[in-house]
Amino acid sequence: MSAPTIIMVTGALVGASCGLIGAFLVLRRLALMGDAISHSVLLGIVMVFAVTHSRSPLWMAIGAGAVGLLTVALVGWIQRTNLVKEDAAIGLVFPFLFAIGVFMISRFPTTVHIDVDAVLFGEIAYVPLYHLELFGRDLGVQAFWTLGTMLVIDLIFVAFLYKELKLSTFDAGFAAAIGMSPIVLHYMLMGAVSATTVVAFDAVGAVLVVAMLVVPAATAQLLTRRLPVVLVLSMTLGASSAVIGYYLARSINGSVAGAMATTLGLMFVFAYLFGPVQGMLAKLARRHRQRQDFLRELLISHVAAKPGGVSVESLDHDFGWAKSTTSRAIRDARSQNRLALDDNGMLTAQP
Amino acid sequence: MAFLGLDITWDSTLRNVILGSMILGLTSGVLGSFAVLRRQSLIGDALAHAALPGICLMFMFTSTRSSELLLLGGALSGLLGTIVLIAITRWSLVKEETALGIVLSVFFGFGILLLTRIQHSGDAGQSGLDRFIFGQAATILPRDVAVMGIVATVAIGLVVMMFKEFKIITFDPAYAASIGMRPGLFGAVLAGLLVLAVMIGLQTVGVILMVSLLIAPAVAARQWTNSLSAMVILAGVFGMVAGVAGSVTSSLVDRLPTGPMIVIAASIIVIVSLLFAPNRGVLSTYRSRRLRAARFKAELALADHHGVSRS
Amino acid sequence: MSRATTAEPFSTRQDAPSVIEVRDLTVAYNESPVLWDVDLDVQLGKATAIVGPNGAGKSTLLKAILGLVPIAAGATRVFGSELNSVRQRMAYIPQRGSVDWDFPTNALDVVTMGRYGRIGWFRRPGKADRAIAEECLAKVGMSQFAKRQISQLSGGQQQRVFLARALAQEADLYLMDEPFAGVDAVTERAIVQLLHDVRDAGKTVVAVHHDIESVTEYFDNVVLLNVRLIESGPVSQVFTEENLRRTYHPPSHPIGFNGQGSTLRAGSEMTPMEAMLR
Repeated sequence: MSAPTIIMVTGALVGASCGLIGAFLVLRRLALMGDAISHSVLLGIVMVFAVTHSRSPLWMAIGAGAVGLLTVALVGWIQRTNLVKEDAAIGLVFPFLFAIGVFMISRFPTTVHIDVDAVLFGEIAYVPLYHLELFGRDLGVQAFWTLGTMLVIDLIFVAFLYKELKLSTFDAGFAAAIGMSPIVLHYMLMGAVSATTVVAFDAVGAVLVVAMLVVPAATAQLLTRRLPVVLVLSMTLGASSAVIGYYLARSINGSVAGAMATTLGLMFVFAYLFGPVQGMLAKLARRHRQRQDFLRELLISHVAAKPGGVSVESLDHDFGWAKSTTSRAIRDARSQNRLALDDNGMLTAQP
Repeated sequence: MAFLGLDITWDSTLRNVILGSMILGLTSGVLGSFAVLRRQSLIGDALAHAALPGICLMFMFTSTRSSELLLLGGALSGLLGTIVLIAITRWSLVKEETALGIVLSVFFGFGILLLTRIQHSGDAGQSGLDRFIFGQAATILPRDVAVMGIVATVAIGLVVMMFKEFKIITFDPAYAASIGMRPGLFGAVLAGLLVLAVMIGLQTVGVILMVSLLIAPAVAARQWTNSLSAMVILAGVFGMVAGVAGSVTSSLVDRLPTGPMIVIAASIIVIVSLLFAPNRGVLSTYRSRRLRAARFKAELALADHHGVSRS
Repeated sequence: MSRATTAEPFSTRQDAPSVIEVRDLTVAYNESPVLWDVDLDVQLGKATAIVGPNGAGKSTLLKAILGLVPIAAGATRVFGSELNSVRQRMAYIPQRGSVDWDFPTNALDVVTMGRYGRIGWFRRPGKADRAIAEECLAKVGMSQFAKRQISQLSGGQQQRVFLARALAQEADLYLMDEPFAGVDAVTERAIVQLLHDVRDAGKTVVAVHHDIESVTEYFDNVVLLNVRLIESGPVSQVFTEENLRRTYHPPSHPIGFNGQGSTLRAGSEMTPMEAMLR
């Protein structure tokens, strides 16, 4: 496999896992919690490294999972004191944890030998270089194994808990009432987010994982309302942003991670403007039609209420519409034979 | 010179860093108060992240090294980010939190793309552009401090002048509109001032940590007072204290970056306030609840006693 | 929707002067009607109730009069003048829900905000303003709570504070949205007394009212509204069983919109509207 292909596949794996797990994040309106977790896991990585001195992905995932859950717990605890609003609580916790992480890295560079830049922005270009070696055998690109495993775990998680996830997302009260514990599910989901986040660091870095978690899912939801389609679409958009992003990065000579995020942004803009049902253009056309109908009905109703009919001039005074608006409404009503205009400029309703 | 028994080199760099941090702390405390009360704390986060592409683009077009020009670029793209945020929230079904996440990550990602392009193109002048991501207080020039000071004076001056307007549109926008105090207009002014506050802070604490300075001093101040003017002033003070504490510690001890130290200082202030503030603090609430429970039990026992003696 | 400048569509009748004139007023939300072709006069110096089922557009009517919502057709006029020139004379007491109760402010502070409309830009409330605020707080019987943070007040107390804020405006017209919702009986009596005092002093009161039982006792005039105007006038004449039936259970008047393929009924079982308006 050539290096570019490896990079693209790696990115695609990241995009797929984040797209999948991120869909639930977005649906549960936890996008910012995902942002918070992706920052505070730096501390998790730092602490794992300080203790184990290894960069094994398994330990990293566990450490990240722990700090991720800690973040969620802290934010929840702060909110429960009722002293702080929800959004402020998030913005208090993650910068603090992140700052502690940076503090440790700077202060103890030998114990904690982590490159903050790498953690934040990833080093996808180096991915082809690291191969997994077990029992003296080269099993291929390490990232494939870690990301592939993560994707499989995420798929299993979603597949097994699909009903529970779906129900507790859309109706937490009911889910609790029938015995599914939404809180446990919440923490499990957050754990999955934390683990996925840290595994994706190698490729795209912490900050861009947020883009992967949030944007494909949000884009998918602009295009469809059915959950299974959202999930598939989200994964597909995430994966394809890796391919497009790679070529974009090549042509601009910039980082692949940044290019992937930019690509995702462009995809979102596209859906926002041109989406078939929810897109701007579709909505404007719909509104325009509805407005025509509305104004016509209002006009007819107004004329019908006045026994002798209504003069066109008094309409301008009474309704305060622009002349063109008034004439269009009159024309619509007359073309449906529901209003008649006589030579004196009087409008009357037709039965 | 000796400070607490330790040796500081009091040079102009340190003075700039401390001054810059104080100005940062003051403005983000003051403007963060309104952001927090309007539940727009995380818009400051999106603003900060959205500034990166503007900084890079400004560099690409002008090759400047001047911080204020670069930050001007940042302010413009930050404003664009805010507009995009409003466009998404108002005209699509995407919820506000998600829109924030989108703007934040996409703008920042685009900024990274531009930044890496600049770095790979080998332009000598680009060194240090990444100082806006993590903050690099040591790069603050006296001129930067002067600019920060002027911007801060304008911003705080406007807050003082328009205080009652900001107050009423934050507390009850519907009522404010009914008496002719225009919530849209003053909301936009506040947003603009927030942009200024963020730009002031970027060089010191960087894009990622900026949000903490907007939120922590304000939240801390809220716990100590029920008056808006006292809260705003106290938030400014807390911000300055965090700024000074962070910059002094980072200069006293080796290998301590200023930005994170300021954030840690601010966070400590918040934790202390949340726990120990009278009336609102966690400890105080806990104590008064136990007191009430004890009193209740005593009254019950008394009632029982009377009841028993009567029968 | 652009509006041409209108010539004077309003009449000024000397015999029964109208404080508020509403002409052909239509307000829509996403092309669905909330108020439909409403013509209405509110009499000076009287207490008028606006009554109707959920989703009838009662709050919207107040907001339209205050210029707080966009108007699809028609116009409103207050004191016969352009809205911005008479805002000082209008006091609005919105529904209580939407305020941030954790805001750092106390009862006296809230009442003082009622003076902000009179204080120019960039100026602060002066001694006179504070004195008026204290007086108004006393009028609603809340003086001892002046320094209390607002989340520590009960529902009735909060409502009184907002009433005092309106009084502090020294307005001539009071527009209230469900002033009695969620208040205890004592507060309700106090508010009614205040309403009548204000009216007896020559001011005008308009209130969205949710309780049909008390309309006759509390108000002089009533407006029966259900997206369209059903009827309006003195309580003794207009507040009849027949009219109430027409208001709350109207025969359906389908307003068909081809674009949506659904007919919108101006009246019965407002479910699509309710969902939209809540």
